[in-house]
Amino acid sequence: MSEPTTTGRLFRTTAIKLALIYLAALTLASGAVLVYLSQNTATVLRDQVVDTVDAEISGLADQYRIGGIRALVAAVDARSRRPGASLYLVTDFAANQLVGNIEQLDDRVLAGESGELQRVMYTPIGGGARREALVRVFQLSGGFRLLVGRDLQEQQYFRSLLAEAMRFWLFVLAALGLITWVFVSRRVLKRIDAMTATSRRIMSGDLTERLPVEGSGDEFDRLAIGLNAMLTRIEVLMQGLKDVSDNIAHDLKTPLTRMRNRLEEALRGDLAGDSKARAVLETTIEDCDALIRTFNALLRIARVEAGSSDASFGDIDVSALVREVGELYAPVAEDDGGGMELRVADGLTVTGNRELLVQALINLVENALKYARQEAGEGARVELEARMEGGDVLLGVRDHGPGIADADKERVLHRFVRLEASRSAPGSGLGLSLVAAVARLHHGRLELADAEPGLAARLWLPAAGRDGEGRPAGGD
Amino acid sequence: MRILIVEDDKEAASYLAKALREAGHVVDHAADGETGYDLAASAPYDVLVVDRMLPRRDGLSLISGLRADGNHTPVLVLSALGQVDDRVTGLRAGGDDYLPKPYAFSELLARVEALGRRPRQQEVETSYTVGDLTLDRLSHTVTRSGQDIPLQPREFRLLEYLMQHAGQVVTRTMLLEHVWEYHFDPQTNVIDVHISRLRAKIDKDFDRPLLHTVRGAGYTIRDSGRAGA
Repeated sequence: MSEPTTTGRLFRTTAIKLALIYLAALTLASGAVLVYLSQNTATVLRDQVVDTVDAEISGLADQYRIGGIRALVAAVDARSRRPGASLYLVTDFAANQLVGNIEQLDDRVLAGESGELQRVMYTPIGGGARREALVRVFQLSGGFRLLVGRDLQEQQYFRSLLAEAMRFWLFVLAALGLITWVFVSRRVLKRIDAMTATSRRIMSGDLTERLPVEGSGDEFDRLAIGLNAMLTRIEVLMQGLKDVSDNIAHDLKTPLTRMRNRLEEALRGDLAGDSKARAVLETTIEDCDALIRTFNALLRIARVEAGSSDASFGDIDVSALVREVGELYAPVAEDDGGGMELRVADGLTVTGNRELLVQALINLVENALKYARQEAGEGARVELEARMEGGDVLLGVRDHGPGIADADKERVLHRFVRLEASRSAPGSGLGLSLVAAVARLHHGRLELADAEPGLAARLWLPAAGRDGEGRPAGGD
Repeated sequence: MRILIVEDDKEAASYLAKALREAGHVVDHAADGETGYDLAASAPYDVLVVDRMLPRRDGLSLISGLRADGNHTPVLVLSALGQVDDRVTGLRAGGDDYLPKPYAFSELLARVEALGRRPRQQEVETSYTVGDLTLDRLSHTVTRSGQDIPLQPREFRLLEYLMQHAGQVVTRTMLLEHVWEYHFDPQTNVIDVHISRLRAKIDKDFDRPLLHTVRGAGYTIRDSGRAGA
């Protein structure tokens, strides 16, 4: 019964699942993109480095060809002093450094094969931390070696920048996912709640109500439009049904009225002297009235079931209502040799239609008086009670008659069902159907229980002031 | 009484007119709402009997039209729609009583006569007397031949309603509607039981009965010395 909290419902939404899946997929995709990007960038940067180094080498090679080692040393010296210079190193046959901007380098590097591209660690001139570089070494004639390279720090810096960006991106993704989830699910929840509230109102009988359509054409709108079309169809069908029953009521009641009128006229006229004719006329009028009553009861049940009396709901003092009905019927039971006992709690209130509730209670009381008397051979003893039970108002009518077999309890609530035992008594078989319909209209229920002996009919109604199941809060 | 029937069903109208004339009333008939409105507005009637569904002008609009003109002739609304809310809307439109179709003529006659003889606004009597029976509405006492008769509150209301319509027939449904404020057809003899209890109190110990049963119609309270309906 207890409504889950908003946060609780937020966590149980489809939206959170979707948001998580989405987030995972997005993370994976962006991870892949980033890896691809960083690798590609590394390749591009490396190619760039190689190109630079090769260009330097071809320039220096020209110097060497033209001016020998002296020109080479001069050129390297000049170049290595430029800001942002590449790495240079020229050594003689004894591996002594002639010129260059490298302080220290692994010896094996210089011993490597001529022209091979190597990734090495070196210490720049002036000391400091060892750094990574990409170099080529060339063996020159006379045991000289030339090393040209490019520091890789920039590249590494770029790579760490990428990693940083990736972390930041993931964080943004997560935050975005969270925000999207909260917004989407709140929006979704709001719309779902609106739809639920509307469908409850529709279920309580207001078929003219429609699900809200925002006009954005989203999936909710499409769902609402579809359901609304269905509701329109149902409303048309219900209206048709109502029209049919109204027309039946009208078209059959008109000839019935005429028939009754003619019978009454005959009864007042010449035939009235003939006692036989009079008796026939009178019983025919009685049958006519029974027919009319059945029609009225049927129509009433149909109206109640369509929920069209909802507009006439108000707060009803059930305690007073039950006492009044008890007061009305107690003499009937007493004159019949039975009795009626009243146990009514004070201050019971329900929201409903007074007339229908009176009618329902009276149907139960009249049933008790009718059927409990039959079997016992004497007047019926009826107990009428009203009290609170489990937050609901309970109206109970208990008799000491034969009761109803378990197998028949469900069946007697259907229209026109009359049990074999009661066939001889007057009645239409609609009384309990109406009570059940009235109970449903009031969001309550009718229960037929064994009082051993006798039948205990219990009508449960939600107490007023409590926001009953299905009744929209704030409705009048 | 002068009665106007506004009813489109010719047979029902002519039957009703005939029966009302037999009961000693003067009857006019209009077959549609517009004619009915014109007639009701131009001639003084004691009671209007108006069908709810009429051609040209709907019965309820006819009534509210008359009420807007300041015409307060009592109206009995007839309708094939006998549902709870239909009666409420009928009365809200200015109708004074509502009778679902099909009705027993005796029921209609009793209601028409009750409406026609209804005291006009304000002039409500403080006590009623029928023969030697007196009901005092202020002190809530009932006496017969100077003898106090104690009554239950509901019995008092029952007697009050009967005496208010002394000499007229009052039907069981009218009693249920006015004394108990219930609108339904009782399947049991519930009203008869209450009447017989009342009768035991006001008539039993006296030689002349005042509360009479009218066969096939209802009850009436009258001094049997006078000729009744």
